[in-house]
Amino acid sequence: MQQNSFLELTKGIFKKNPIFCLVLGLCPFLAVSTSLDNAIGMGAAATFVLLFSSIIISLIRKKIPDKIRIPIFITIIASFVTIASLFMQAYLPALNKALGIYVPLIVVNCIILGRAEAFASKNNTLKSTLDGLGMGIGFTLSLLLISFIREFLGTGSLRLFGISLISIPIEPAMVFILAPGALLVMGLLLGLFRHIGSKRKA
Amino acid sequence: MENLLAIIIGAIFVNNFILTRFLGLCPFFGVSRRTKPALGMGLAVIFVMTLSSIITWIVYNLILVPLNIQYLQIIVFILVIATLVQFVELFLKKANPVLHKALGIYLPLITTNCAVLGVAFLNVQENYSFIAALVFGISAGVGFLLALLLMSGIRERMELSKVPKAFEGLPVAFIVAALMSMAFLAFSGMIR
Repeated sequence: MQQNSFLELTKGIFKKNPIFCLVLGLCPFLAVSTSLDNAIGMGAAATFVLLFSSIIISLIRKKIPDKIRIPIFITIIASFVTIASLFMQAYLPALNKALGIYVPLIVVNCIILGRAEAFASKNNTLKSTLDGLGMGIGFTLSLLLISFIREFLGTGSLRLFGISLISIPIEPAMVFILAPGALLVMGLLLGLFRHIGSKRKA
Repeated sequence: MENLLAIIIGAIFVNNFILTRFLGLCPFFGVSRRTKPALGMGLAVIFVMTLSSIITWIVYNLILVPLNIQYLQIIVFILVIATLVQFVELFLKKANPVLHKALGIYLPLITTNCAVLGVAFLNVQENYSFIAALVFGISAGVGFLLALLLMSGIRERMELSKVPKAFEGLPVAFIVAALMSMAFLAFSGMIR
């Protein structure tokens, strides 16, 4: 049992990583991956929504009529997104401004609805909690990885909450901060992960 | 009038929904393998986006603002859009079966298309008037169609070329999108 719950938690991080293996939830993913701060903010918000909507949905899963389950899921998710968004507006206005419309857009993030439909509506609360948490962590880690690359190459330095971590004295490649950089880094990372995956199988 | 022109050019080229705002990426990669379904999807998006832009504008400005409950906008917008898509589907089925057959399978996908919801939020954020919201909805849809069509054309050609094994399918599609996005950066000086 112990082993099993551990698996539920870690599968979201590696084996079924929502971004690199399932390729879900790309819109907020690429748009906010310009700096580590944004990545942490978006990752935390998405994990919060994912975790709590998984808990609520798994708690009431037997009471939800099958035919209208999707609208119910969406309403539950939208409520948690509203909470996250209001919280950010009140306490983290700078982050809220940087993330812009991508905070409310967590509602249509396919990962969250996908987990609700595929996992939380069929499994008990403990498992769904772990699943939601694992997927959220997987999402956040992937976001950190891509923002790390983009911020480092695009600005030549890394900053975390206003503190400069590293800076290199070379001309930064602006393009990595702009839109094409996100798509390029994503394409290269996907190819790399697939290459590693196929090596492992063989 | 000049303002509207700026909105049109802005939404189609400068801030293209897919290539610079990353809205609607899932259908962008999902249905861009062939030109014909890409066209169908693009037209369906223009249709729904225009309608939802108008309707969410009306709901926001005539219901949410007077009642002072703007904080409910996320829940209200997503439910309005989901209902709207259902209505459009039912209506098309009765009124125009040919069009329904052409667009039908794409309609349910549009509900979870972030681009449609994105238009609604951007309307609120930019404080657009009714006419501006209408124009913005249409041009955002046209920009979506444009990017989707270009992408599907490239991907059709790409099937004939040799791609390294690990990059087949999605990874190379991302890289193509990156190059397209880079080309669209050239428009960025057009409006401030």
